[in-house]
Amino acid sequence: MYGSIAEILEQSEKNGKAFWEVVMEADMESRDASRDASRQTMAQMLAVMKAADRAYEGERKSASGLSGGDGKLLEAYNRAGKNLCGEFLGKVMERAIKMGESNACMKRIVAAPTAGSCGVIPAVLLSYEEAFGAPEDELVNALYVAAGIGKVIGENASISGAFGGCQAEIGSASAMAAGALAYLQGGDNAAIVNAAALALKNMLGLACDPVGGLVEVPCVKRNSHGAVNAVTSAQIALAGIKSAISPDDVIDSMRRIGNEMPASLKETGKGGLATSESAKRLCECTAVCVGA
Amino acid sequence: MELFDVIGPVMVGPSSSHTAGAVRIGYVAGRLLGEKVKEAKILLYGSFLDTGKGHGTDKALVAGLLGMKPDDYQIANSLEIAQRENILVEFGEARLAEAHPNTAELILVGESGNTIDVVAESVGGGKINIAKIDGIETNFSGEYPTLIVHNQDQPGHVSEVTSMLAHKSVNIASMQLYRSYRGGRAVMVVECDQEVPPDGIEWLTRVEGVLKVTYFEGTI
Repeated sequence: MYGSIAEILEQSEKNGKAFWEVVMEADMESRDASRDASRQTMAQMLAVMKAADRAYEGERKSASGLSGGDGKLLEAYNRAGKNLCGEFLGKVMERAIKMGESNACMKRIVAAPTAGSCGVIPAVLLSYEEAFGAPEDELVNALYVAAGIGKVIGENASISGAFGGCQAEIGSASAMAAGALAYLQGGDNAAIVNAAALALKNMLGLACDPVGGLVEVPCVKRNSHGAVNAVTSAQIALAGIKSAISPDDVIDSMRRIGNEMPASLKETGKGGLATSESAKRLCECTAVCVGA
Repeated sequence: MELFDVIGPVMVGPSSSHTAGAVRIGYVAGRLLGEKVKEAKILLYGSFLDTGKGHGTDKALVAGLLGMKPDDYQIANSLEIAQRENILVEFGEARLAEAHPNTAELILVGESGNTIDVVAESVGGGKINIAKIDGIETNFSGEYPTLIVHNQDQPGHVSEVTSMLAHKSVNIASMQLYRSYRGGRAVMVVECDQEVPPDGIEWLTRVEGVLKVTYFEGTI
């Protein structure tokens, strides 16, 4: 069992076990599950992520009409050969937006860590598999890395927008994905936790101010930004660059920032983007927003 | 927090609290009724009322009543399915004082005339709390096998229930007692580590002073 990133590292080093192994064994202990049972559950999460990625429907719109169709536009742009970001990053962005749209359109997804941020981790992992190749077992290990980081954030800060703002949702997802990606690319423990710390640091203070209180604007597109932030952070950490602030301190900072945020910026739809003139116009056009 | 609360659950979007949690509320309420729903009056409160339509909360609650789980692809079509099965569904605004922002009240009538009034809260990440049954306070998550006994507020009923559970080798995880007033109607909510066998529940229904027994097998 572990209660911090530092404790995962400590147990990893003391027992000569990989980061993912410490996380997996704690899950086995906590749920009284066998190694096979734990891995099968995680493999099932990966399978649902893959199925959700394949099941994207570009023509579908959400009930409010605020989301749908953007993933198709990115796909077309990526195919047109004008991709600014390179093939891998282009696909990461496309997948993240597609998954966010699928969620808004009531399709089946894996909350990772939440439904609103469900695009970040699969976008990074599945695009890595496509671009660089990775065996199923490695992808499952990467999901344990992500889940271990997310669990520490959830227990020591928050993974809920209503408690911590968007930094707790897209920010947590981005930190989890960054650590997982650093692992897949062969990074050591230092690279994994520095990637996570760097990713989270860049998302600190992010408000949860969804238009109409719906998990759509800005949530869907922010999945893409969170995913790209994960890739940037992993690359910086893999180069050997360290976060000056320790991962656990970054997580604690996120908690304190979340506590100091006003309620209007924590999933109430009562501040920030949600109360902009554009948002008011959008809500006039749809019958499903707050106060409509 | 469990690891698969972080990567997981598998669910139909868009919101763990407004969609997945709402399916669970409908599911548990339907199970507590104990038979097929014929009429459902669903009253929404707070954020459920304000943003429910855009989050599919209405469809999710009905899907749960139809026995669907949070990952069921048919959640989006639940209103049509209910109509096809001649289930009368009516939505309205709940008049509650000081309730959790994501609260729903479900007033259900079953095929054979059984009724139940459930007030439930979606407390985040798809987790729920059943706050009231038939107007009397309760607090349980639906994650454990749960036995709910309505009885006259008189001596001996707690020991009848606990003796039956001991006899059936069922361990109690938590137990709560509520009553409307002294000597009035009381409710016992017992969350268990094991399933309660049907003959134990059947026996309880025949005990004098016991007015109603509902049971939910947990595991959703």
